[in-house]
Amino acid sequence: MSPPAKPTPSRAAEPIAAWRVDPEAVAVELVDVSFSYDVRPVLKGITMTIPRGKIVAIMGGSGCGKTTILRLIGGQLRPQSGQVRVGGQSVPDLGPEALYDLRRKYGVLFQFGALFTDMSVFENIAFPMREHTELPEELIRDLVLMKLQAVGLRGAAHLMPAELSGGMARRVALARAIALDPMLVLYDEPFAGLDPISLGVVGQLIRRLNDALSITSILVTHDVYESLKIVDYLYFVSEGRIVASGTPGEVRASADPFVRQFVNGAPDGPVPFHYPAPSYREELFADVD
Amino acid sequence: MSTDVVNGIAYWLRRLGGAVTGVVAQLGYVARFLVAVLWHTPAAFRRIHLTLREIYFSGVLSLVIILMSGLFVGMVLSLQGYETLKRYGADEQLGILVALALVRELGPVLAGLLFASRAGSAITAEIGLMKTTEQLAAMEMMAVDPLARVVAPRFWGGVISMPLLAALFSAFGIFGGYIVGVRLIGIDAGAFWGQMKAGVNVWPDVTNGIIKSLVFGAAVSLIAVFEGYEARPTAEGVASATTRTVVISSLTILALDFVMTVFMFRGANAG
Repeated sequence: MSPPAKPTPSRAAEPIAAWRVDPEAVAVELVDVSFSYDVRPVLKGITMTIPRGKIVAIMGGSGCGKTTILRLIGGQLRPQSGQVRVGGQSVPDLGPEALYDLRRKYGVLFQFGALFTDMSVFENIAFPMREHTELPEELIRDLVLMKLQAVGLRGAAHLMPAELSGGMARRVALARAIALDPMLVLYDEPFAGLDPISLGVVGQLIRRLNDALSITSILVTHDVYESLKIVDYLYFVSEGRIVASGTPGEVRASADPFVRQFVNGAPDGPVPFHYPAPSYREELFADVD
Repeated sequence: MSTDVVNGIAYWLRRLGGAVTGVVAQLGYVARFLVAVLWHTPAAFRRIHLTLREIYFSGVLSLVIILMSGLFVGMVLSLQGYETLKRYGADEQLGILVALALVRELGPVLAGLLFASRAGSAITAEIGLMKTTEQLAAMEMMAVDPLARVVAPRFWGGVISMPLLAALFSAFGIFGGYIVGVRLIGIDAGAFWGQMKAGVNVWPDVTNGIIKSLVFGAAVSLIAVFEGYEARPTAEGVASATTRTVVISSLTILALDFVMTVFMFRGANAG
């Protein structure tokens, strides 16, 4: 018996008609991007477009290369081939100074918040302001309180990160990510490990802040239900390739086997339940023969 | 010679060569890291409160262990020294023995070893945990260089703290020696202090002790920040990085001490 087949992309990643983006409105663009960790290929020719002012989710199973895409956009990694452009600039070609200049326009929400544990909530949000601006202390105070008010945690300004629940920490991290009114916010698994109430709160905050501040948001997540409620477009990644994409309405109506498996949480499908292995029967009865 | 023997020798030579080139490569990497830290030093000093904070954590919070250790080492040194000097009728030389031993050797070396155990391990663990919890990555993505914001202040905090701690170690050690030698054993206080004053010179004794403690401070701080910054971002990775800091720092202090002593004190008092 042959080992279980590897998942095959159900269809080529072709941007559908509804997602034809005006070139002038493109915020982030990946063109035929490939990336490997040592010899292990993670991304194999990814192409995606993210327009200004929209929320786009990149979805897929664990280890499919979602976070790698964020790191390429953030300039933490360089692709082996292909182009990564943010605001028209080729990220891999930027020198350290130019890359830091670009990152000043980013906000990043890390999976577990990555709050500075030796600073209070207030100081965490004030940190990027103090580092990159010469604003007077009174103005910084007002701005921090406004950011905290936006995420509903003004009353928690004096707390230390260790005193926050997971959902609160994520909201503080969100306030810090938007501290300098970025043009682009990258969210790495913003819903991971949250209870249903916190999950809904964080989801709605992402949508509300994106619309209020006219920013562009990229979410890397595997929470399909929450994403369908708030995003404008979704890309599905599997085995380093985009295997499906569409608006939330199209995803809900899709008959694509991969999308159906992902949306329904089915254990087996185009993404197999079993890791590739020799025949079960042969392995169990190897000694008998 | 059989083929097996030749292959065996070749195998061990390859391993030896690999180990040597590995160590050289690692030393080169550490040297590059040091250059990067020095390069970011002006940026770190522009926010001097960061370095002052590290002096507090590395220096002030190490004071209790340093002072207590210095006191006890001085007391033991005085007891042992007295027993030996008495055999030659030179017990009034106790002050000079205690002072020279502490200022030249024991002060810098023991304070360095204690500093590596207390402050060095804490620096490694802190930076390693910041890496594990993505705080360093968050800083980078906020366009803030962790080398300037996190590493350089901790490095300089250690370099500045260490000579002060070594000086206090020696001072408390001498005080411990005084308590045992003069107060308990009954050596004449005038002889104790007078011999010390006459026998201990600012150059080479005190100055070389300060130079040693500065070098130890730089070595321990560099090892501590490097191990933390390069730690694998897992609980096990941070734990082994912390252990490496203490082990490598201790061995480095002892090796550097021997090398510096050879150059500093060989024949210093001859003639």
